[in-house]
Amino acid sequence: MIRLTADPIAIDDLLQAVADPAAGAVVLFIGTTRDHNEGRSVERLEYEAYHGMAEREIEKIAAEARERWKIAHLAVVHRTGVVPIGSASVAIAASAAHRADAFAAARFAIDRLKEVVPIWKKEFFEGGAVWIGDQACRVGRWEEAPDARGGDAADDAAAGGEAAAGTTGSSSAGR
Amino acid sequence: MTVTVRLFASLRERTGSSTITRTVADGTTSGDLVAALCSDFPALAGAGRFAIAVNSEYTDRDHALRDGDEVALIPPVSGGAGAA
Repeated sequence: MIRLTADPIAIDDLLQAVADPAAGAVVLFIGTTRDHNEGRSVERLEYEAYHGMAEREIEKIAAEARERWKIAHLAVVHRTGVVPIGSASVAIAASAAHRADAFAAARFAIDRLKEVVPIWKKEFFEGGAVWIGDQACRVGRWEEAPDARGGDAADDAAAGGEAAAGTTGSSSAGR
Repeated sequence: MTVTVRLFASLRERTGSSTITRTVADGTTSGDLVAALCSDFPALAGAGRFAIAVNSEYTDRDHALRDGDEVALIPPVSGGAGAA
């Protein structure tokens, strides 16, 4: 079960999705929206997803989890749109014959989700709002826009072939 | 050939567009397209880092585009919840 939803996440649905008579453990992770971040008082969060690609990337995560651990089922639901403080924005359930595999797979799934799945979070606080994106470069894919502070290739070990692109847009620099 | 560009989150707000259709020459790469977009939308330049996906797969700047491709500019992702 992999789903993006604009509605509140129904935790029971995840638990049903991973239920299995061969499972001896179910691990459930719920990520909830927090009322503070970096010293700011957060009023609400809003999530935007690249529908289609987001589900596909989650599918890949689930496939990798199945390869690495002996799990029965993995369910991932991520909420989109405005999510009030204190609500679940993401939920992951993993079932396995033994708890170690369920814990490991659930942990892997949330960690990887935050690195690669195209979902973005906008934080609204008193006096402003900001898109959160502190995972930049983690997987070496995030490239600098052509004009912006070039020459940062050291962070992009896996991003080959961008040397030529680094200067392409320099004509519009400095505006 | 014609390609569709998808913009998300901060990039969408910077450009004021979520979807752009562009006609490009044969042989255009994803990097060429990004450079052209940055010319058209100076706000994209200086937008910081973003990844490129073609037809919902992460790729790099050397990806040769084909007619009908959907190219997405993907700012650093931040799904999940807080630093949970």
